[in-house]
Amino acid sequence: MLKRLLLRLISIAITLLGVSIVVFVAVRLVPGNPVAMMLGPGATAEDAAALEALLGLDKSILVQYWIWLTNVVQGDFGTSISLRQDVLTLVLGRLPATLELAFLALVFAALLGGMLAVTGTIRRGGWTENGIDLWNGLTLSTPDFLWGLFLILVFGVWLQIAGISGRISPQLDLPFTTQFYLIESVLRLRFDLTANLIGHMWMPALALALPLSAMIGQLLKQSLKETMHLDYVTLARAKGFTENQVIWREAMRNALAPTLTLTAVQFTHLIGGTVIVERLFSYGGLGNLAIDAVINRDLPLIQGIVLVFAVIFVLINLAVDLLYAVLNPRLRHG
Amino acid sequence: MSFTRRNTLQMGLAGLLAGAAPKIALAQVNDLTIAFNVNLPAWDPTTGPSAVNPTIQAIYQSVFDQYISQAPNLDFEPGILTDWGWNDDRTKVMMTVREGVKWHDGSDLTPEDVVWSLERAGNPETGNPIQFVWGKIGNFTIDGQTVTGDVKEYDPTIFKWMGFLTAYVLPKAYYERVGAEGFEAAPIGTGPYMVDRFERNSFLRLKANPDYWGGVPEFESVTIKFVTDAASRVAEVESGASHVTLEVPYEEFDRLKERDGIMGTTTPVSDIGMIFLNDIDVMTDRNVRLAAAHAIDKQLIIDRLLSGYGVPIDTLQTPEYAAYDPSITVAYDPELAKEYLAKSGYSTENPVRFTIQTTRGFKPKDYEMIQAIVGLWRRVGIEAEIEVYEIAKHFELRAADQLAPAAFYNWGNSVGDPTTSTGFAMFGPSPHSVWDGQDVFDAIVPLWGESDEEKRIAGFKAVDRLIAEEAYVIPLLQYVQPILHSSEVAVTPSVSGALLPQRISRA
Repeated sequence: MLKRLLLRLISIAITLLGVSIVVFVAVRLVPGNPVAMMLGPGATAEDAAALEALLGLDKSILVQYWIWLTNVVQGDFGTSISLRQDVLTLVLGRLPATLELAFLALVFAALLGGMLAVTGTIRRGGWTENGIDLWNGLTLSTPDFLWGLFLILVFGVWLQIAGISGRISPQLDLPFTTQFYLIESVLRLRFDLTANLIGHMWMPALALALPLSAMIGQLLKQSLKETMHLDYVTLARAKGFTENQVIWREAMRNALAPTLTLTAVQFTHLIGGTVIVERLFSYGGLGNLAIDAVINRDLPLIQGIVLVFAVIFVLINLAVDLLYAVLNPRLRHG
Repeated sequence: MSFTRRNTLQMGLAGLLAGAAPKIALAQVNDLTIAFNVNLPAWDPTTGPSAVNPTIQAIYQSVFDQYISQAPNLDFEPGILTDWGWNDDRTKVMMTVREGVKWHDGSDLTPEDVVWSLERAGNPETGNPIQFVWGKIGNFTIDGQTVTGDVKEYDPTIFKWMGFLTAYVLPKAYYERVGAEGFEAAPIGTGPYMVDRFERNSFLRLKANPDYWGGVPEFESVTIKFVTDAASRVAEVESGASHVTLEVPYEEFDRLKERDGIMGTTTPVSDIGMIFLNDIDVMTDRNVRLAAAHAIDKQLIIDRLLSGYGVPIDTLQTPEYAAYDPSITVAYDPELAKEYLAKSGYSTENPVRFTIQTTRGFKPKDYEMIQAIVGLWRRVGIEAEIEVYEIAKHFELRAADQLAPAAFYNWGNSVGDPTTSTGFAMFGPSPHSVWDGQDVFDAIVPLWGESDEEKRIAGFKAVDRLIAEEAYVIPLLQYVQPILHSSEVAVTPSVSGALLPQRISRA
């Protein structure tokens, strides 16, 4: 197990190094450079060269990469060109908002998907299951940003019962000391702020959750249906368990393992999906920051965001692997 | 405070309602809410990309004062400077600093602040993108409220620049005390509103500056939500969550302005749509250029694609600019276009071919406009292939002088001076210029340092006439800015395009 973990950590380091090279080269090869975008009217070629030197963009890519990498290893991700602030501080400042949104979306997806799966299993073979399959097909084939627009239209414009933009009402005074507003509001027992936060987050979270809920629903339903035919389930029925008891007490534990794996892996996609949804709802997270960084060709900030995303992805994958090994003894001893 | 089940539930419900119910009541809260179309990346208005972003200037101008202010019609008026000018031989600049101005921390603004701001702007190490302008004056001395400086290189537009990009007076003592990061965290200025709270990419809360030299602002507080998605901005106003928004699709503007409780305001702004022509390939053929210019029905494009919101233009000057000359026209005349093409052996059967580059969605209906233009060109014998690119690529290609023979772009010029329109857009050595003609170069060079204002403006009008006669560029239209707002407020739009909270009042 320890050797496996060690090998995995080495592969993570290689992965991150590869990501750093790809992102560093890619952002310099795509059209558009920050200097051209910053030049004021009337600037000369000399002004452009001076600005390029000021930003350190006059050196070769290899030299730039080496400087950046050695700084990153020491925890210095550079300074944002557009925001003139430390990249790591900016990224870590935004990450909590995105993580909270993604986590809330995950909870929504698990609840909705689980509910659909159980209902579909209990009412299998009938119109209810067909209806659930149809709903799952619809939610899976509709991108999250379209769900976002739909929710804005229905709950923001027509019914006017939900805030359209932002993370929390601007009028509120916040006592928070961290950027984990949702968690901190609960810990401080400020449920008024918790409710306000959820009042702003539920629509973007639901937009992100709907496609994932369909995946969870379909996979869990399929697993449950397969499990329902196994001998130990038949035995439970023979003991007089109701269908609900059979599902929750007997079948669910076995059926859950593949769904857990899928959900954990999909969580990384969920974080990636926040980019557009955050923009749509003007939610101040990492995704929104990423779009601005790309528009402004803020190279250090793009590199920092991508690297942090990559770290999150590999850590989640590592956690999933370890969790799976714990759940499945055959892998643990393999 | 004790937490019982009852008061916890009450707090939760109150919070949910506050977060959920977006309707705002102006009379009750006295908080003006604006759904703004761009984010505010950074607070230093003199460095970084946001310093040259015209839209963001509205936020900067709410918090900071400029050396010289601009009225809604682009006229210059006293700001922090109450008086300004040159000496007779134009070797010195003289500026009088307003008395009684206070920074948001309560300290007094002094002439030292003005000098420090000018020197900082002119220092290449600060990364000010307009440094090349500010570096033309220096060696300042202070006598009472009067600042005098040497003219290192005469620029007739220097005082106009003092009401434009990066021309903000910043607090010397405060900045030196807190540093760049401290200033970014807690910026102060002398403007009508003070920064109360700033959530990057989310919102900005401002509160009225009670000591503002121009009078206390109408609203006690202003909330600026950064809503970069146009559909979300429409929803903000439609749902009543924001009082004012701008830059919405014209179709949505027309739909919503008829609604009860919502009004629409439009104004032509200092932003034009144009087609750069590059002096390469077929564009070196004067007949091709003139045919391309005369084959475009600008009014038709404005009516059909922009719902009539736009003003056709034939030079790079709009009617509000100092060098606007209505007598310079390039008529829509497809038959004349065919004649020009025939002179070079082209026709609908044997069309001239070139590439035109455009953005898609950067400006309202930009791609659709180019599609329409390509359709109009096809009728006279021009086959243009459309290449879509990002605006960042446009900047890069333009700086490297590698644009296609034709490229769509927009050009802002809230100074209203011909140097910042025709001058920089058409002067070959400028990285912003595309056409590198010797005749235009020769015509513009003497105007840079021309001290006789009438002669300078007349000179630029002559340059514009030359450009129109040779079709070195194809000006298309002046954009119109759509502003949607609650009927509870009145908005005074600015030709500069800056939506200023201090120019919004109760209806």
